[in-house]
Amino acid sequence: MIQPWGTMLPAPFLAAGNDSFAEFTRTVAPDLLPPTTLDTSMPELLRHGTTVVALKYSSGVVVAGDRRATMGTLIVQHDIEKVFGADDTSVIGVAGAAGLAIELVRLFQTELEHYEKIEGRALSLEGRAARLSILVRSNLAMAVQGIAVIPVFAGWDAVHHRGRIFSYDGTGGRYEEYAFSTAGSGDIFAKATLKQLHRLDMDRDEAVQLAVRAIYDASDDDAATAGPDLDRGIYPVVLIADEDGVTKISTENVALVAKRILDEVTRSNESA
Amino acid sequence: MTTPAYVSPDQWMSDRADYARRGIEDEHAVVVARYADGICMVALNPSRTLHRTSEIHDRIGFASVGRFDESEQLRVAGIRLADLRGYAYDRLDVTGLSLATTYAQVIGGAFATMGQKPYEVELAVAELGLVRSQDRIFKISWDGSITEGTAPMVLGPMSPDRRETVEEFLIDTTPLDDAVRCAAAALTASSEPVPDQLEVSILDPRTGGRRTFRRLAADRVRTFWDAA
Repeated sequence: MIQPWGTMLPAPFLAAGNDSFAEFTRTVAPDLLPPTTLDTSMPELLRHGTTVVALKYSSGVVVAGDRRATMGTLIVQHDIEKVFGADDTSVIGVAGAAGLAIELVRLFQTELEHYEKIEGRALSLEGRAARLSILVRSNLAMAVQGIAVIPVFAGWDAVHHRGRIFSYDGTGGRYEEYAFSTAGSGDIFAKATLKQLHRLDMDRDEAVQLAVRAIYDASDDDAATAGPDLDRGIYPVVLIADEDGVTKISTENVALVAKRILDEVTRSNESA
Repeated sequence: MTTPAYVSPDQWMSDRADYARRGIEDEHAVVVARYADGICMVALNPSRTLHRTSEIHDRIGFASVGRFDESEQLRVAGIRLADLRGYAYDRLDVTGLSLATTYAQVIGGAFATMGQKPYEVELAVAELGLVRSQDRIFKISWDGSITEGTAPMVLGPMSPDRRETVEEFLIDTTPLDDAVRCAAAALTASSEPVPDQLEVSILDPRTGGRRTFRRLAADRVRTFWDAA
């Protein structure tokens, strides 16, 4: 389309009816979006963020992630963050190729805020979960080659007045979880813990403790997942979404919880 | 071949200016001003749904008078520009200046281009600085002309003496309730309280988060008159 002289903005800026940032960016600056195809032999793609867990409790959801990034058998980062506030009422955690995963989170956050500003109201929780599916699916070509980015999405649904959790597969498939969800290399071990100890009527403190415990158990058996790092004071990132919005549990409090778990483990081994 | 009738550039520009000005003259005005804690945008707007003020980015607000479809188009374009820039670089790299100059070029371009309808809007881009002294309010008129400063800006029609009153009483130490009452008095040309007719938005750095824009609920606006 030929622009009349004087109109300095390309047509998509002035177009009506599109409130998706990703779709808009695809038309004006596609290079800014995460790549949809990559040479899969790139060593950077082996840089992995690992275990993320999400679980419901009586009045909300907890999402937690360990802090390790690995590249094959090397630990490449000790304090990576994999759990973020997606907006004021929901949380996203990601496992998978680290560079792409972090980019996916940033795009998702921008997408939600962009919609909210244009429409004057936030997307429903279900709507946000669906939008995330589409962003994950654009990574499909790489997922086929084994480079998947797997998010876990959880938040407070103000309409239904309850916490909800959605898990995803590499094709963008979205599955609502009844009680909890795990993703990443240590997910089986974390899930085993949750299966044993999770109850839907837990209170918030119990839920935080169980989330940290699940990550501890994953780190016990999966080399790519980090447990609490007492030497450097690096602990899992734990976020809560409840009626009052998203809260990050302070490092001091996570440290207290983690130390209590370690003490319990020590005690149970001594008595054995 | 027939020669097109000659119209002098002066005549042509003034015709277009009259056209655009007429489109704004029937509208309610909007006041954008700094107050003690941030920047407030006050509009006389009976609608609770079709807004005259809104959020562009973390520290940037938008206000408009004039044709709703055109100001909506420009508002959304501003959000797209801001989010694109914030995504490509950093959120701190989204500035009021770049938004305001882009608006000026788009509006001025349409105004000066034969065969294009001039925008019948007047806009303000309000930017909360990282320190108070960097607060800026930009006003872009229907011809693309741009004014910038820290003094209150009035969009749309308002008599010169009421504009002076706003500039005199609405300063950067005025508390929010006084500021809204002062703006409302100037907008309605009376001291009668009209809280239900007002749309009030603020950019308030004390909100704690990145995003400083807040739209005040009608209940909150009503309390500004209770206290007085």
